[in-house]
Amino acid sequence: MKIIAFCGAGIGTSAILKVNAERALARLGIEADIEATDIAGLAVAAEDAQVILASPELVKFIGKTYADVVVIENYFDLDELTRKLEIALG
Amino acid sequence: MRLHELPDDVFVLGAHAADWRSAVRIAGEALVAGGVTTDAYAERMVQVVDEFGAYIVIAPGLALAHARPGPDVLHDGLAVVTLDEPVVFGHPHNDPVEVVLALAVTSNEGHVTVLAELANVFNDPTATTAIAHATTVGAVRAVLDRVQPDV
Repeated sequence: MKIIAFCGAGIGTSAILKVNAERALARLGIEADIEATDIAGLAVAAEDAQVILASPELVKFIGKTYADVVVIENYFDLDELTRKLEIALG
Repeated sequence: MRLHELPDDVFVLGAHAADWRSAVRIAGEALVAGGVTTDAYAERMVQVVDEFGAYIVIAPGLALAHARPGPDVLHDGLAVVTLDEPVVFGHPHNDPVEVVLALAVTSNEGHVTVLAELANVFNDPTATTAIAHATTVGAVRAVLDRVQPDV
């Protein structure tokens, strides 16, 4: 299982999203690799990913993908992350 | 870099920003004051928002301004700016912003510790407001340090 945490610069916000997504997955008891990436790295990183996590502002940059795109409004809200990951992975 | 190691120079409290660009530039000036970056980095943080939108507003009231590593980053660092009046960045859910963090890193690796610390702080939904209302650097530090192990 592979999950992408996506942001514009590949540092900072995607790393926060990765940390908190890992905490949400631990709550759910699900094991997955989470990779933080920027727009330049997204196409390659997403080839074998099940889920792409992104801000509402960034969805339009994702392009064609077989992964589920999950929009996260509050990157620090573990309840939101847990709820949306449970739906995407369930 | 750890949150409790941030120098006083990177904290700016009650700054007035006319718009989001001004808010990001004030955070950039704080990074320069702290010896973290040169002047050029602030405009690169502005460009990230111009290019990709207001996604840096990652939680209600909180922006994490940043740009890619570059020659204008002298070492890893973080600045913390509170605004006297909240500013709209253009985010569909998390506007307006009252606390601007600015992150600068020299490489794509190595800053995970501080970001995990930030997650510890801001997983508490009251943290942004507590920092926004702080009137002293010590009060901001108290919020940043309150949930950290080994501090």
